[in-house]
Amino acid sequence: MIRAAISRDPIDVPALLAEVTSEGCGALSLFVGTVRDSNDGRSVTGMEYTAYEPMAVREMHVILDEAARAHDVERLVLVHRLGALALGEVSVAIVAAHAHRAQAMDATRFVIEELKRRVPIWKREHYADGTREWVDPTGAHAVSEVP
Amino acid sequence: MTITVLLFASYADALGRRSIDVDLPDGAAVGDLVAALRALPGAGQLPARPLVAINERYARFDAVVSPRDEVAIIPPVAGG
Repeated sequence: MIRAAISRDPIDVPALLAEVTSEGCGALSLFVGTVRDSNDGRSVTGMEYTAYEPMAVREMHVILDEAARAHDVERLVLVHRLGALALGEVSVAIVAAHAHRAQAMDATRFVIEELKRRVPIWKREHYADGTREWVDPTGAHAVSEVP
Repeated sequence: MTITVLLFASYADALGRRSIDVDLPDGAAVGDLVAALRALPGAGQLPARPLVAINERYARFDAVVSPRDEVAIIPPVAGG
């Protein structure tokens, strides 16, 4: 049971845990990404996420398949949120279940690192001073604008 | 041939639109498309070698494009 999805509604984390758990699994690993109130010393008031949706879902599936093969995990779910998020809201959740903890934990770590590296999703931070800016992890091409 | 290029996030803002038509000679590659795109007004902020996807897969700069392809310029990704 492997599933990747994009959601415009809040992510129900307990439901995801229930989805992957089984009696054959002795370990459930969960990673949750949330919207933080600061970045690079600037006060953040909210975040908006957008994506190239069909490619993002496709790439998310590719990553889950790679994680399943690399870590021998058969129960793995990845959900990413889009739209306007408030501070503390869940932007991404990854759950993995396995007989043993190492595989479950390694799988969730692999999925979040690869998602950040190659899934076409973008986020724009809104700041306390009224400005907003696309987050560029490469630091090279920030485009700033006042709403 | 005319290629319709999808734009997202900071690149869509820079060009003021979500897609743009680019005229290219038949047989043109991704690199030719990027060069033509960067010559357009407002496109100076695009890097010389952005990520490009053809039909939802990351493509090399020497990959040939056709009008039937779905081509997208991918800004630095920031999921999570």
